[in-house]
Amino acid sequence: MSEKNVVASRLYGPLSGVLVDPRAKWTAIVAILVLMAVAPMIFGQYATVILTNALLYVVLALGLNVVVGYAGLLDLGYAAFFAVGAYTVGILTLDFGLNFWLALPFAMVAAAIAGVIIGGPTLRLRSDYLAIVTLGFGEIVRFSARNLEITGKASGLSGIEQPWIFGWQIRSATDFYYVFCVLAIIAVVAAARLANSRLGRAWLYVRHDEDAAEAMGIDRVKVKLAAYIIGAIYGSIAGAFFAVNLGAISPESFSFTQSVLILMAVILGGMGKIPGVILGAFIVILGPELLRDLGPLRLLVFAVGLLLIMLFRPSGIWPGRSAAK
Amino acid sequence: MTSETMNNDVVLRLKGVEAGYGRIQALNGVDLEVRRGQIVALLGANGAGKTTTLKTISGLVRATSGTVEFEGEDITGRRASDIARLGLVHVPEGRHILKGLSVRENLELGAFTVRDANLRRQRMGEVFRLFPILERRQHQDGSLLSGGEQQMLAIGRALMHGHRVLLLDEPSMGLAPKLVLDTMRIIKRLNQEGTTILLVEQNARLALKLAHYGYVLEGGHVRMQNDAAVLRADTSIVQAYLGD
Repeated sequence: MSEKNVVASRLYGPLSGVLVDPRAKWTAIVAILVLMAVAPMIFGQYATVILTNALLYVVLALGLNVVVGYAGLLDLGYAAFFAVGAYTVGILTLDFGLNFWLALPFAMVAAAIAGVIIGGPTLRLRSDYLAIVTLGFGEIVRFSARNLEITGKASGLSGIEQPWIFGWQIRSATDFYYVFCVLAIIAVVAAARLANSRLGRAWLYVRHDEDAAEAMGIDRVKVKLAAYIIGAIYGSIAGAFFAVNLGAISPESFSFTQSVLILMAVILGGMGKIPGVILGAFIVILGPELLRDLGPLRLLVFAVGLLLIMLFRPSGIWPGRSAAK
Repeated sequence: MTSETMNNDVVLRLKGVEAGYGRIQALNGVDLEVRRGQIVALLGANGAGKTTTLKTISGLVRATSGTVEFEGEDITGRRASDIARLGLVHVPEGRHILKGLSVRENLELGAFTVRDANLRRQRMGEVFRLFPILERRQHQDGSLLSGGEQQMLAIGRALMHGHRVLLLDEPSMGLAPKLVLDTMRIIKRLNQEGTTILLVEQNARLALKLAHYGYVLEGGHVRMQNDAAVLRADTSIVQAYLGD
């Protein structure tokens, strides 16, 4: 039977085979790590900036994937957590003179609180209502940022200092590229461990059938809140590093479009499965760049491409096991 | 039997329980007792409040008035997951088999709160002994099993959890006649092995053959209650309230 499963998953998409054989898997991982390490030297400055952005989206998409893919909760306002992380670091370093590394835990705690604020009241809501409430939450955060004195109103915050580490300042585009490489790797490892944890199994059951899970002693409130909090922390870490990378943030960096783009990365690649989500993040960021030669048509072509993917692979390009059925 | 030992025998007691959905009141003061080691049948027409009674006991529906006691402890208003952890396990109507997960994974859901891996393995073995078909199909998608097998899976999952009392909601629903009899046989066997069962069933004759005691609900009230043998003998009751 298990042999049959292996055959089935091999047939299911040419990519899945890599995951089945552990040796092929490790070879692929090592190859990817080597490629990540040498990429800035091969592709040059411009590509390095784009790749950094793609890695930022890998972290964001993996965070949203905890909420959407693992726990099955639709969230259309995920950029809010990204904003909370970025603004917390911006405010604490600019107005309170805190060191970036000291501000980072505050950003995580602030995002976790925001996660509870959005998660608490919406726990009883099902998908479509939840989508509306989370969308509203995202907009509230953005509008607050645009109107509050402390967040610099519409012009945002600028002059955020780039962090120092062991007496060396993270400054150039290449520096940040490597920082985001490390962040993405940590995000992947944490997401993989979460998926296989007890909590990961609780999410799996709640996502499939809340009532059955609750009837078997799984507290759906705790389990869903945990997903929101962990997703929020992912978003805040991405936001914090985003803020110091650019040195300036404004409310428009955290718009609804941003939330949709992150969600698109999650859905496109294959909800719930880490390689799929990574692939989705890269497609969402690199796609429009690779099509740049098409000029004004590029976004149209990109959009049609996305539609075709969804038509022919509704569970994503590289779907998770249960989504594939 | 003195009245005190009789009280100790009652594992589940509902007193004046009222509950409903929004403005619709489904239970208008239900009093009910389940004694240890018994099968108690909960009968009545559609909309009489049978399923709501089970849901109120297991915490899926909140009681607006009255109390639910489990083994002498007031569990009214507790969360469903807490109540399940106490060993009062609800097998809901419609079975709730998790689609896309294998039979084995569905069973593992039942043992989620069991931290001891040996105990989990032992319970899985017991479930497979009781339902050999589940062992043969353990790697198949649970939602692709036949109706009868899904019912076995739903019961098996509850057994994985480690129950003291099972609440079974319409286990025979949608099953072919032979499978209905198989299901009833399994319920009887579980009971003989020590499980206390509160059984909601449309098929009153069958339920009363199995049960020690029966309650008939009507309009959210207990309309009558008696030993199952007495209820069964009264053909007018069966015809008037229970259908065939």
